[in-house]
Amino acid sequence: MSFTLKLGAVLAGLLGLAIILLTFERPPVETVQTGFRGVALGNVANPRLQPALAAANQVPTPLPRVPSAGPRAGQTYQNVQVLGELGVIEFARTMAAMTAWVSPQQGCGYCHNTANMASDEIYTKVVARRMLQMVARINAEWKPHVLETGVTCYTCHRGNPVPLNVWAENTGPMRGEGFSASSNGQNLASPVVGDSSLPYDPFSRYLDEAINIRVQTPDPLPAGNRQGIKDAEFTYGLMMHFSQALGVNCTTCHNSRAFSAWDQSAPQRTNAWHGIRMIRDINHNFIEPLQPIWAANANGPASGPHRARLGAHDDPLKVNCTTCHQGVNKPLNGVSMLRDYPELARITNIDAPPPVRQ
Amino acid sequence: MAEYQNIFTRVQVRGPAYAGVPLARGDSPRDGKPNFSHILGYLGDAQIGPIYLGWLGLISLGFGFAAFEIIGLNMLASVNWSPVQFIRQLPWLALEPPSPAYGLQIPPLAEGGWWLLAGFFLTLSILLWWARTYRRARQLGLGSHVPWAFAAAIWLYLVLGFIRPLLMGSWSEAVPFGIFPHLDWTAAFSIRYGNLFYNPFHMLSIVFLYGSTLLFAMHGATILAAGRFGSEREVEQVIDRGTAHERCALFWRWTMGFNATFESVHRWAWWFAVLCPLTGGIGILLTGTVVDNWYLWGVKHGIAPAYPEVFRAMPDPLLGAR
Repeated sequence: MSFTLKLGAVLAGLLGLAIILLTFERPPVETVQTGFRGVALGNVANPRLQPALAAANQVPTPLPRVPSAGPRAGQTYQNVQVLGELGVIEFARTMAAMTAWVSPQQGCGYCHNTANMASDEIYTKVVARRMLQMVARINAEWKPHVLETGVTCYTCHRGNPVPLNVWAENTGPMRGEGFSASSNGQNLASPVVGDSSLPYDPFSRYLDEAINIRVQTPDPLPAGNRQGIKDAEFTYGLMMHFSQALGVNCTTCHNSRAFSAWDQSAPQRTNAWHGIRMIRDINHNFIEPLQPIWAANANGPASGPHRARLGAHDDPLKVNCTTCHQGVNKPLNGVSMLRDYPELARITNIDAPPPVRQ
Repeated sequence: MAEYQNIFTRVQVRGPAYAGVPLARGDSPRDGKPNFSHILGYLGDAQIGPIYLGWLGLISLGFGFAAFEIIGLNMLASVNWSPVQFIRQLPWLALEPPSPAYGLQIPPLAEGGWWLLAGFFLTLSILLWWARTYRRARQLGLGSHVPWAFAAAIWLYLVLGFIRPLLMGSWSEAVPFGIFPHLDWTAAFSIRYGNLFYNPFHMLSIVFLYGSTLLFAMHGATILAAGRFGSEREVEQVIDRGTAHERCALFWRWTMGFNATFESVHRWAWWFAVLCPLTGGIGILLTGTVVDNWYLWGVKHGIAPAYPEVFRAMPDPLLGAR
């Protein structure tokens, strides 16, 4: 064999090795069967990666409980529009917890004018009040998704004034102008959809607009279903996001021989169905109405941190599955923080249209 | 070092370059001065060229180049003319067919018009190349087996990109031009139409696809295994006992009781290969036009089994909401 051939073989071998090492996840991969044998319903996980994931999703130590004694916060302080029915000590505990969850570096001053705590002059206080209403709404109305575990500020914020995993409308990066072909919002390597070439903004369609994810015909023969292959690609993109956000695979919910069949799906799919409606409720009724406030403070409060509050199309940063789940199928490993802060489920003046479960 | 004798051509006999049989009347001259490549000689014949281009080949290449340019330049435009991003993202890039809103209309260039143009030029190029293979086969006095095998592949190509979109009334049903995007399209196609694995013509197509690989492996292995007896020299083989040919035949007769002949094994392979895209094309053609959900079609016709429930399946929440 000539030297050139040997060199070529070595180079081809190295290239192949690089592709294998950089493309695939190092084993072991363990499959836990959840359905009847042969139908491949199950959860796939890599036990080597699980401990790090679990460690990254620990709940902080709860603040010590305090008695609900003394005068009510709403009577003691001015301009307490939510949580006013708490005792003043309880109220202080909730405020301290919120500070630790959302603005641990910035402190109370991130939302409050510390010289006049009642003032709404710093816009973040108005946002925080709306977010409290949102948390109460989720805990009260979206039990089909969050069950009794519930959510707190920490479920999303994790010590950051702006949650790290958010999305905004994405029409793609700069592209050639004039009459060059558009690509219908797909065909770029996009981490949002698992580095596939599927549509890179499935969120606008399904988590902002209320388009149903139903591409298959519930009948063997054509029955007027107008959904096309491009619609299927968008739903596929959203499912890739689900999969990444929760660290699960398709067969956690679906029997892959009939993705649309509810009678063959795991109960988790019903939970996810409600989750989609919950996210739409959050984005429509709580995040998007705050857009003017963020538009007026596009880089956050004067004290920082300076991070964009709006997306490229001036829409606010919105919620998707990763915002809470962050790689685990039960956020914060399924530990309920709400149990230590039950007041976050008790706010009643939510001031939003009723949730839509369609 | 132990080296299996048949991985590469071991002996390259090098004579003067051979231009080939005389050309038939009406043919153009052959192009290119023949030369020899030792490395290519390991894999095939070491003589490179001359090539017969002719008018059909020339026009076919011209249209093919037009399609290639339309696809490539639009891909380049999709990464804002950045050569680095073009190379980095090339497997992800594509030229996408029009959106469903256009149906079978001719959309503006930016909205799928380029896709139609590229598809038109590519189809012209392929059909002209088919005519070229037919013409070359005839001019050499050969049968038309290669052109008809090629036509089977063209059938599948036309079903996917032209005939089925016409029947569905929308160009948006067609395949994008791109590496990963056409694979994503394939997955989405199967999902939209309720799992293509329950499509009996898809099943047949897979039978012929895998059958082809099996036959190819059996045939290739048989001939290579008899290489030490000169199995590649077929003509001398068929008339004598104890030759490579007879040993090959005996191997299969003794193994499974029945064997192909030197001729018939190629007929088996040809039909398996040709039936793969023929049946596949029928399966695609029926999808969305005649059957809209192959899984439910399979249930209706008793080919999709039911399994016992392991967990309590929940009803469709959308129905519960009404």
